[in-house]
Amino acid sequence: MIAKLLRLQPHQPLTSEAAKSAPLAIQGLSVAYHHKPVVWDLSFIAPAQGLVAVVGPNGAGKSTFIKAALGLIPKLSGEITVYGKSVASQRHLIGYVPQRGSVDWDFPASALDVVTMGLYGKIGWLRPVRKAHRAAALGYLEQVGMADFADRQIGQLSGGQQQRVFLARALAQDAALYFMDEPFVGVDAATERAIVNVLKDLKDQGKTVICVHHDLQSAPDYFDHALILNIRPVASGPMAEAFTAENLQHAYGGRLAPSELSGLIPLAGQ
Amino acid sequence: MLTELLDILSFQGGYNTSVVLLGSALLGMAGGVIGVFSLLRKRALISDAISHATLPGITLGFLVALALTGTGKSLPFLMTGATISGILGVLLVQWIKDNTRLPEDSAIGTVLSSFFGLGVVLMSYIQTLRDGSQAGLESYLLGSTASMLQSEAEMIAVFALLITLTAAIFLKEFGLICFDPDYAASRGWSVSKIDLLMMALLLAVVVIGLKTVGLILIIALVIIPPVTARFWTDRLGLMVGISAFSGGISCFLGAGLSALTPDFPSGATIVLTATTLFLLSLFLAPRRGVLATGLRQIFFRYRISRRRALLSLGQGQPVLSSLFILLLKHEGTLDKNGQVTKLGQQKIRQMSRDQDLWNQYLSDYPEEAFAQKNWSLSMITDVLPPDLIHELEENLRLQQKVAG
Amino acid sequence: MDLPLADFLQIDLPALLVAVLAGLCCGLPGNFLVLRRQSLIGDAMSHVVLPGIVVGYLLSGTLDTLPMLLGALSAALISALLIEGIKRLGKIEAGAAMGVVFTSMFALGVLILEQTGASGVHLDVEHALYGNLESTLWLGLNDWKDLLSPTGLEQMPNSLQRLLGVSLLVILLTVAFFKELKISTFDPEMASSLGFSARLISIGLVVMTALSAVAAFDAVGSILVIAMFICPAATARMWTDNLSRQLWLSAVFATLSGITGYLAAAFAPLLLGADFALNAAGMIAVVASVFQCVSMIFAPDHGKLGRVLKQRQALKME
Repeated sequence: MIAKLLRLQPHQPLTSEAAKSAPLAIQGLSVAYHHKPVVWDLSFIAPAQGLVAVVGPNGAGKSTFIKAALGLIPKLSGEITVYGKSVASQRHLIGYVPQRGSVDWDFPASALDVVTMGLYGKIGWLRPVRKAHRAAALGYLEQVGMADFADRQIGQLSGGQQQRVFLARALAQDAALYFMDEPFVGVDAATERAIVNVLKDLKDQGKTVICVHHDLQSAPDYFDHALILNIRPVASGPMAEAFTAENLQHAYGGRLAPSELSGLIPLAGQ
Repeated sequence: MLTELLDILSFQGGYNTSVVLLGSALLGMAGGVIGVFSLLRKRALISDAISHATLPGITLGFLVALALTGTGKSLPFLMTGATISGILGVLLVQWIKDNTRLPEDSAIGTVLSSFFGLGVVLMSYIQTLRDGSQAGLESYLLGSTASMLQSEAEMIAVFALLITLTAAIFLKEFGLICFDPDYAASRGWSVSKIDLLMMALLLAVVVIGLKTVGLILIIALVIIPPVTARFWTDRLGLMVGISAFSGGISCFLGAGLSALTPDFPSGATIVLTATTLFLLSLFLAPRRGVLATGLRQIFFRYRISRRRALLSLGQGQPVLSSLFILLLKHEGTLDKNGQVTKLGQQKIRQMSRDQDLWNQYLSDYPEEAFAQKNWSLSMITDVLPPDLIHELEENLRLQQKVAG
Repeated sequence: MDLPLADFLQIDLPALLVAVLAGLCCGLPGNFLVLRRQSLIGDAMSHVVLPGIVVGYLLSGTLDTLPMLLGALSAALISALLIEGIKRLGKIEAGAAMGVVFTSMFALGVLILEQTGASGVHLDVEHALYGNLESTLWLGLNDWKDLLSPTGLEQMPNSLQRLLGVSLLVILLTVAFFKELKISTFDPEMASSLGFSARLISIGLVVMTALSAVAAFDAVGSILVIAMFICPAATARMWTDNLSRQLWLSAVFATLSGITGYLAAAFAPLLLGADFALNAAGMIAVVASVFQCVSMIFAPDHGKLGRVLKQRQALKME
């Protein structure tokens, strides 16, 4: 009650035409953790089709931003819409690939089981998983080159294979808007290529992927948009406009050596 | 009734009662001290496995004593049995954790229930024996100071004193391995030996406390006081002190109440006294208590909302929350008609400036800014030193020039 | 050994049924507790239902099912709330927070029992600790066919009725929400992002655990309920990497433990020539843990022995 009374200074509501049709529109999002702001006054409109890299230093609120956008953690203020409607009513349009470290790999489930979980949202409460669902899940495993491992317990897969299973699960969600939290961490080169291909396919199908990404060197190669975060948003937009040395310097401060930056700029300018 | 209680608590309730009280207070202190370390080493519930695992040992000790001495109710035999089966219980938990895919909590649950089950089976066998002495055996389940012999009370008091002293002697070592076991190892301390000593003292508290508090509730003695202390302080020395004090006082008061009337079984009374202290701390503790946390949450929301309201006004946007319009009118930022006053304009400028500087700090020193608890909460001039603010102002000006 | 049918039907059959049903209704939710590393929720719930049952009894004056369940459920929910609060405010690990709450609640239950004399009638502390399996009598059964006759059913003991109802409910809920339980146990964030609120399912599981604990409490007492929660699931975990198979296996182990344990307690001493019976609930816990120990050593893929042999083989290959 009191929390409601003391609601943050409300923001302008999301009414613009651009916001109504955007896969993800955020206005004035603030999130606090342990009485400290970790995301501050973030406004962002995602492109209708494309791959967005969310970059920023450790502790800049990248994962928090994703979780708040998904409605997994409470926000202090701000409005979030997905295709013009609330997140809760658009869950069927949203796919999510959490960080790989967040699950128990000894869990009694096979690769196929995990991918089938991607279909649960469509199956809905109380309805059981049927044969057709499993067949569909197998198809998605095949797309990431993992059909041969369908019956393998997930803990017995390598890090890269596990990530592919997670990716297949995201494909199974058949969403229009995807959130991914560091999918490239701890995977081998072949898996990295496979993930990039999946991302390209998703983009070609007209989907939007918002992806927390750690590696500044590869960001301009893999993504076409950037959101640079540093608790507050530093810049966002097409890669060439947003991913500039100046903006990165603003986000990373003194921690990016000039040489690192100069290495990045030609890439960013492509 | 109150005067009787005061008599008992001031050690005028007879020699036997006084020894029981003293022994209980020492036991509570020992539990409080050693409990802090088991809590910090994230082993609080191992003691649950230990305590339940003592039951088969108690019953076997009873049977052995019966065979050797003709009566089963012999404290030394029962305690030896309890110790041995307690040790076996700990070892089994460790084995399951190390050798199977089961996590520690499942291991603890398995050991405590299966040992207890075995103990119950043996108890039911003992009940069938034609011997009068098994009647007191049940007092080990829920604790009973009423049936305590003088010799037993003295023995418990002496052991409790020994445990407290040992724990006090090794305070530094225990603190070291709780705080930073790797550092301790690098400085030549044997972490495993200190751990072993800690476990031994934990076991000793459990075994000594069986008669007073009972094996079902004994773990309360090593969990509740440390958790109570945790609400008051972050400093180890203080935490040990508060925990020992609240453990000691709980046992002292609990045992006193229980001596007053048989309606207060000693184990449950002691635990509930400790719970009372805990609940007081949970609500009233200055930083972590429910009350303090609630107030802080409200204050935090207020500060951050006020800042955002002023910033919006600065950007020419209206304040939408009616509560904040009232608040801003009250502090003179807005006049009766909701227009910004002269004073208000000054406040708004000041706040925008402050936010610009905080943002500049975030850009220039992200790592420091992430660690700064007051980022965008307090005024920056109250938090950062003047020379740093001066530098931020310079950078801000430079940037505005480039942008402009 | 000569065993009149009526004796078996009136004494042993209800006890066997209670033992098996208690194992089933605790064993099923136990699977999820073990996988979530929340086994000790079973421990906590089995303790905290005591004050709930006692208060329910004092307020209603009967040991009927409804006040008992309501009392226990409210105690369980209050405890869950307290545990969560202590964990967050004090930044204290889950185990210790649970330890504070369940010892306090159990002590409260014991104290109220002693203070009010509720202990005189049907409830007493010993009963709370190791149950009352042997005293479950189904009078009026003289022949197998009485089992389904209206008069026979009417005399079905209260505790068996309660257990039967709760078991059916638990089985139904587990089957109906299998998919939801599975995903929220494996990946709670993913579950929430799909619209299956992990918190809601978590609370549901706690409520189911509390229900099972109350129903089985009567039969086996509060400590041994823990064995029912954990042992069958932990045993099944040694034999399979498939969740639905694990649930089936745990049900089988729970049933076997119940039957073997009861029979061993009731008849093994007789076979040895003694004329007494041992505590059945305790024996069931012992049997369940024997199954678990054997599995932890001998299960093919996840047993200690199998893994050691595999390692040896791998070394030889090199």
